[in-house]
Amino acid sequence: MTPVIYVPCDAAALAVGANRVVEAIASELSARGITAELVRNGSRGLHWLEPMVEVRFGDRRVAYGPVRPADVPGLFDAGFLEGGAHPLFHGDTEEIPFLKNQTRLTFARCGLTDPLSLDDYGSNGGLIGLRNALAMQPAEIVQQVTDSGLRGRGGAGFPTGIKWNTVLKAPGARKYIVCNADEGDSGTFADRMIMEGDPFVLIEGMTIAGIASGASKGYLYTRSEYPHAIETMQAAIGIARKAGILGQSVLGSNYAFDMDVRVGAGAYVCGEETSLLNSLEGKRGVVRAKPPLPALEGLFGCPTVVNNVLSLASVPVIMDRGADFYRDFGTGRSHGTMPIQLAGNIRHGGLYEAAFGITLGELVNDIGGGTLSGRPVKAVQVGGPLGAYFPPELFDTPFDYEAFAAQDGLIGHAGVVVFDDTADMLSQARFAMEFCAIESCGKCTPCRIGAVRGVEVVDRIAHGDRPEEQIDLLKDLCNTMKLGSLCALGGFTPYPVMSALTHFPQDFTPKPDTLKPLAEAAE
Amino acid sequence: MELQVPEADVANRAAAIADRHLLEEGPLLPILHDVQRDFGCVPDTALRVIADKLNLSRAEVHGVMSFYHDFRQEPAGRHVLKICRAEACQSVGGEALAEGVREALGIDWHETTPDGRITLEPVYCLGLCSCAPAAMFDDELHGRLDKAALADIVMEAGR
Repeated sequence: MTPVIYVPCDAAALAVGANRVVEAIASELSARGITAELVRNGSRGLHWLEPMVEVRFGDRRVAYGPVRPADVPGLFDAGFLEGGAHPLFHGDTEEIPFLKNQTRLTFARCGLTDPLSLDDYGSNGGLIGLRNALAMQPAEIVQQVTDSGLRGRGGAGFPTGIKWNTVLKAPGARKYIVCNADEGDSGTFADRMIMEGDPFVLIEGMTIAGIASGASKGYLYTRSEYPHAIETMQAAIGIARKAGILGQSVLGSNYAFDMDVRVGAGAYVCGEETSLLNSLEGKRGVVRAKPPLPALEGLFGCPTVVNNVLSLASVPVIMDRGADFYRDFGTGRSHGTMPIQLAGNIRHGGLYEAAFGITLGELVNDIGGGTLSGRPVKAVQVGGPLGAYFPPELFDTPFDYEAFAAQDGLIGHAGVVVFDDTADMLSQARFAMEFCAIESCGKCTPCRIGAVRGVEVVDRIAHGDRPEEQIDLLKDLCNTMKLGSLCALGGFTPYPVMSALTHFPQDFTPKPDTLKPLAEAAE
Repeated sequence: MELQVPEADVANRAAAIADRHLLEEGPLLPILHDVQRDFGCVPDTALRVIADKLNLSRAEVHGVMSFYHDFRQEPAGRHVLKICRAEACQSVGGEALAEGVREALGIDWHETTPDGRITLEPVYCLGLCSCAPAAMFDDELHGRLDKAALADIVMEAGR
């Protein structure tokens, strides 16, 4: 049997030279006159090993990584096509502890095969959920998703089934499914990995959502910063149309569903669902006041389901294996699994899907292996730029919507960014305010003005300009932003700021070495 | 991308782009993206044509265009270097790297070198947070950057 060589086409692998590795392998194959099949798969999520080259021979599939182009001749010399020993050898891929200990439901297929092979998708459990859904009434599908306990994976944690039910029952001849793939949070890349590594699961999830809620049109709104994801999704949609999954008759049924990709233009706030809808309509991405809920008056005023990529990509497995199967994973009111993204200053960065309930400390120290720099962990920001900074003292916090809220934090889109002891938390608090000022849509005053004032106040603390007074002012400002902002951008920016202030007060002291004239510092 | 396009040509090409999208729902962003891909920016002439085609006021189209960081009124330099400034990249020294590039090029964010070679843009997350620090040079992604690797990229832009 011809060996199969897998080199990921995921953006993270490309960014560290996967294409050059493929070139090196191809030229080595032809120079040595060896025949092997070369497949570009999605990423397995072991990003510290990227570019991770896998080889399948017989019934084994083994991994080598991180492979540089210069390593390729040596790999051939070592007989890597038959699993030969080499310093980059990691044994059978599925036995690597980082992968073996995961519970992969949403990411079950990601990295296994060519993302655009519909045959591979079908032979690895794809489309079973959609077929099951087609045999059910819409209300039954909604009930199954509700029973699974699936909550919005974008961060808000709203029960997906309840949202679908609202849209199903809303009057209206035209309804929409909008997939929020505007993954702008630093430390997150799970949506991108699904779009690049298993696009059909998202198409399947959106189609099921359409059937369940009575919508025949879907939009996937993603970011201009994700060119590879856009390309893969567009290609996958074309393939799904040809195969009769999308179109006037979904898999030969009486249901019609089709979808298109739409690309944002660099506005972080468009990840907020109402500003996303405005952007899709061709307007400024300004936040809308709620009510009305998008489920009742969403895109072009029609009832609209707006779900995150991970929520929709979790639907096929729920429809395949049943609500109970999914619900039995997790803890408390957080059911199922969460694709957690380990990022920043961490030794073993990548994607780790696990049932809710795993602790932050296990994630950072045991699974992530501590910092990349080897220095002590100082803080971990969970949930993107609007998430709180956790000190190691809170590492026993379980990954669970409620447990994080109880610690004045949020799991958000489950991005975990690790900082070592060189981080300055005053600077991080300043950045949170600065980012909010750059990305504010400008509609509400607490966010638009508050963020600018926030930067100034933090700068005054750094300058030792009546610091105690300024710290009180900062707390007051955060309170105003939290309670008075229209959306999560202004409303959650206080999380990183206040957590930095609460857990790292020693950093909020004057910094004589950074003294600059205030006007310059506030720019 | 052409830098010198006659006005009438801009109008014709922008009209053709708009026509391609007219039957879509909410076509303005797709039109702006295509116009920028064609001209390297959204020229004022194109903006007028788009407004006309969509039956919007010029102010409305300008308002949309200026809301989004991606759209430019003037073309960028021959190469665009986008360096990630978000938290994950900060945690592994991204800010110092960016500072070094700004110094080496002698420009600030959003500026272009005087010879028109490189435009420097900040980006808030490329989704490469597990391989940080990250940057995008034209269409190519780069992860695990250090000073030397980034200098190589900037050097390449000189050729």
